[in-house]
Amino acid sequence: MMKGNRLKALCAVFAGLAVGIGATGPAAAETPKHGGILKYVVPAEPPSFDGHIETTFALIHPVRPFYSVLIKVNPENPSSTTDFVCDVCVGKVPEPTDGGKTYTFKIRDDVYFHSGEKMTAQDVLATYQKIIFPPAGEPSARKAFFVMVDSVTAPDDHTVVFKLKYPSGAFIPALAVPFNWIYQKAKLDKDIHWYETHIDGSGAFIFEKREAGAYISGKKDPRYYLKGRPYLDGFQAIFAKKQALRVQAIRGDRAAIEFRGFPPKARDDLVRALGNKITVEESDWNCVLIMTVNHKHKPFDDVRVRRALTLAVDRWGGSKYLSKIAIVKTVGGIAFPGSPLAATKEELQQLAGYWPDLQKSRAEARRLLKEAGVDLNKTYYFNNRAVDQPYKIVGTWLIDQWKQVGLKFEQHVFPTGPFYAELRKKKDYDVSLDFNCQSVVNPLVDVSKFISEDRSGNNYGNYIDRDVDAAFDKMNRTADPAEQRKYMREMEKLTLDTHANAFITLWWYRIIPHRSYVKGWKVSPSHYLNQALDNVWLDK
Amino acid sequence: MAVTSADIDSQLAAARPPLGKAALTLVRQQPLGAVSGLLVIIMILMAVFAPEIAPYDPVRNFYDHMQMAPSSEFWLGTDQFGRDILSRIIFGARTALFIGFSCAFIGSTVGLVLGVTSAYFGGWFDLLFQRVMDVFLAFPLIIMALAVVAIFGTGAQNVIIAITIPLIPRCARVVRSNALAIREIPYVDAARALGFSHLRIILRHMAPNCMAPFLIMLTTFLGQAILLEASLSYLGLGVQEPTPAWGLMLQGGAEEYAESAPWIAIFPGLAITLAVFAFNLFGDSLRDTLDPKLRSR
Amino acid sequence: MYRYILKRLLLMIPTLFGAAVLVFTLLRLIPGDTCELRLAGSGGYFDQSALDICRHEMGIDQPKLMQFWHFIWGIMRFDFGKSMWTGQPIVSEMAMRFQLSMEIAILATIVAIVVAVPLGTISAVKQNTWIDYVVRAISIAGIAMPSFWLGILIILGLLIGTQHFLGTPWMPPITYTPIWVDPAKNLALVVWPAIATGYRYSAVATRMTRSAMLEVLREDYVRTARAKGLFEKLIIRRHALKNAMLPVITVIGIEFAFLIGGLVVTEQVFNLNGLGKLFVESVTNNDYSMTQALVMLVVMIFLFVNLLVDILYAWLDPRIRYR
Repeated sequence: MMKGNRLKALCAVFAGLAVGIGATGPAAAETPKHGGILKYVVPAEPPSFDGHIETTFALIHPVRPFYSVLIKVNPENPSSTTDFVCDVCVGKVPEPTDGGKTYTFKIRDDVYFHSGEKMTAQDVLATYQKIIFPPAGEPSARKAFFVMVDSVTAPDDHTVVFKLKYPSGAFIPALAVPFNWIYQKAKLDKDIHWYETHIDGSGAFIFEKREAGAYISGKKDPRYYLKGRPYLDGFQAIFAKKQALRVQAIRGDRAAIEFRGFPPKARDDLVRALGNKITVEESDWNCVLIMTVNHKHKPFDDVRVRRALTLAVDRWGGSKYLSKIAIVKTVGGIAFPGSPLAATKEELQQLAGYWPDLQKSRAEARRLLKEAGVDLNKTYYFNNRAVDQPYKIVGTWLIDQWKQVGLKFEQHVFPTGPFYAELRKKKDYDVSLDFNCQSVVNPLVDVSKFISEDRSGNNYGNYIDRDVDAAFDKMNRTADPAEQRKYMREMEKLTLDTHANAFITLWWYRIIPHRSYVKGWKVSPSHYLNQALDNVWLDK
Repeated sequence: MAVTSADIDSQLAAARPPLGKAALTLVRQQPLGAVSGLLVIIMILMAVFAPEIAPYDPVRNFYDHMQMAPSSEFWLGTDQFGRDILSRIIFGARTALFIGFSCAFIGSTVGLVLGVTSAYFGGWFDLLFQRVMDVFLAFPLIIMALAVVAIFGTGAQNVIIAITIPLIPRCARVVRSNALAIREIPYVDAARALGFSHLRIILRHMAPNCMAPFLIMLTTFLGQAILLEASLSYLGLGVQEPTPAWGLMLQGGAEEYAESAPWIAIFPGLAITLAVFAFNLFGDSLRDTLDPKLRSR
Repeated sequence: MYRYILKRLLLMIPTLFGAAVLVFTLLRLIPGDTCELRLAGSGGYFDQSALDICRHEMGIDQPKLMQFWHFIWGIMRFDFGKSMWTGQPIVSEMAMRFQLSMEIAILATIVAIVVAVPLGTISAVKQNTWIDYVVRAISIAGIAMPSFWLGILIILGLLIGTQHFLGTPWMPPITYTPIWVDPAKNLALVVWPAIATGYRYSAVATRMTRSAMLEVLREDYVRTARAKGLFEKLIIRRHALKNAMLPVITVIGIEFAFLIGGLVVTEQVFNLNGLGKLFVESVTNNDYSMTQALVMLVVMIFLFVNLLVDILYAWLDPRIRYR
């Protein structure tokens, strides 16, 4: 049942998407042209080429086009959280049998690896063995996504069967994660690390060249199983760390598109300079920066002090002005604002830190600080990551917000490595920024960041909260959306308000201004999705 | 005829150009130097009296006035967070001069002592010392700064450490060659013969005679330190938001808004250039006055 | 002379060793390591046993002295091994980047010499005239201006200028093509950072040329030449310039050596895939083997260039003989 404001919010999201989609033209009305090389810029270079190990978008953008996956989010509808299609499987994504515990996939007969061999179910099996049941010591970044899987088997060369321990709505989204590239069994048997330094897939593009630090290029695979695709002759993914330079590259037509997202200023500059040679696509983003509070540091072990931290922050106002200079925008709770499990505006306004009356909120914060006897002369330690958008901007804003209630923080900015070392091990910080970015929108799993430290695996706040754990478990064991929503609200209230464990800042907003001759690509809530590039064509 | 320490001291005093007299000569002979000296004094005053001079609080965000062009309200405009650029530049002088002076002073003093010591003792000690200095000279500066920041974190203190370390060997080298020349003068041997301790000779006799290169290095370092701090801040390794610092102002937002709001990038860059310009010119004139023959870089 | 060269070469060894110790220690002091960064860098889940295996493979679980020994032994055999971050051989990672950085350094040097020698000479000959003041002002501005600021201004100027005059914005290419493959594209990329770096470089060289020329012009033999009635231009070219070149060459040589390490910021501004960028990345990625190899490379270049300059100096000036 959609309430008034929720409906409006959803309409706004879809309207925004429609603008984006409309600007590129409905796919049916234009015939894709063949040919051309797509040049795009990527903000960072991936450390290795193995999709099963890495979690960075910097691997997806240049290397995803070389590989196939079992199922994927529908590229024609990439903002959907439920629309999945087959990639190397045949037909539609199968419904589970056996009370929701068995999934049987039929594998296509016409998929070839670029090194020549045909793909069979054995390859898919070997791939998922590596992902779900990796040999000791072999890392697998998404092992935890598949805890519900009991076994994977391949009864013949064209069938793969997944048996689950219990029915779970999180299994199919986990399968669709764009990192689950299909590898060849023969190569994995010989050397399980082979794919870390080599690329050999079955996707629409064949690996052509890598120039260290400069670019990765691919060329069209004439044997690709989707006939008539890809439209492009090839692509070149150019690494450019500085954002200003990426924007200039698009402006100077050295690159056509960037797949992560630009702040509003960049979009405005490009539109102003190039007019209708630029098309802008926008979307809510399934990424958020979280305030992680160190529960083991006085005075932040006191729930009153933690509540004061969130009460001080003007999220509604911040959304207005920060969205002008940063890639953040939407005010939301712990669930992705575009998903059915997210809170409505009214529900949000009940939570601490989201009250419509800012003065009241800050007065309450000051009162709590006084009551808890916090030393306001002390400067507290705020740990942040050395990335401009949006870490440093949000960090600077937060410090200003806390200053309004008398709390002084000093920002300690570290490059990624030491930042995580500090966040995970040293725990010298009082408050730190952290992030939660997921590929497929799957709030049931995405909020596992907020469950207790010993269960979560990526909760760095030094806390245990069994009430939150209980709500999380109940939410994940039920298939009824209304029940899920109820437990989500419960978990949200505990985390953000009553127990004040960790806090949401603002959800990100994705703005992709690109050259208008790039067609066929649609924006989605995730910069990990829809990057196979087999649906992209150039109107030149 | 007994040579007393007083004799030695007076000989040394005669060898030194009196600094007060040098200052007056400076103004007369070097108009450029005088102008730059004035600029330097203005900057120092700006830094010291920043809270009184600056029209706004440099970290106050005026969210309604983000990226405004220079106007009567905000003389140099506002940056992406809506902070007054003029105030940030004035307070930025504080950061720049604080870091600049700290690095220059510590760097040249330590360099002076080390250089003189090395020249004085000579032999194996000198050889070893030279090698150590060579290592620090050859070691890429930015990497050292990166490492220092990665280990100790960002912030003014660590920036000072990161910048001072490469400055020390540069000063030590110059001072050492100067001190080597002085070492040959008989009075040092005489002082040794009289039984003065090493430390006393180094600190009270040799070091003061290396004042000329010391002062020159000091002023050179000032300019270099300010530039280095700007570079480090540009790379994100210097002081952090929301501290006002010129190099920091050029990072991040400046490039992004360079087209629509060029004042964000222009004014801090101008401030840095003017500051370093003034210190370098001043140092040049100082050098010309103190020791016209010393045309080092 | 040969004994001097040999002595200098031998003295390089302790310096190189010192640099090795320094970089080794500094890197190990930085919190975190490549494995942690790779496996858990994006805030995702990570698992301890994978971390342990990774550390074992990289060799970073061994005692520090063992690691140091491997490092030194590798250097001595010229085997730099593999980058810890990407797993690719270090030499191949460095090859293209080395080419690019070297090209910019050399171009910047050419810019510096081409600008500095004439300007410095004119400034010295016409000392204390308005020409002198202008040149001095330009050179001090060059030393005072942050080179990255100049770079930003150049890129912006190009974009806005070409948009204004030509209608479409032009910017330098963002990928590198070696000069023998496509000289036009190569130069279009490299000339701008060369100017941005070269300006500063030329400023230093101009000042040095000027002061060296000033000194030489005061020498007795110049006065004699004037008294003999030689043309001023001839005096400058044949007598003064050659002798003034000595300190200038020294300065150019020394600055070149610093240039290599100093390209970091310029490469950031122009997004060049050079050694400087590789440096910053490998330190931020805790890539011990790569950073160590890079530092040794840069230090070696530095020492060699210094040696070359000294030898050149001694060769050019017969009065100088080294013990």
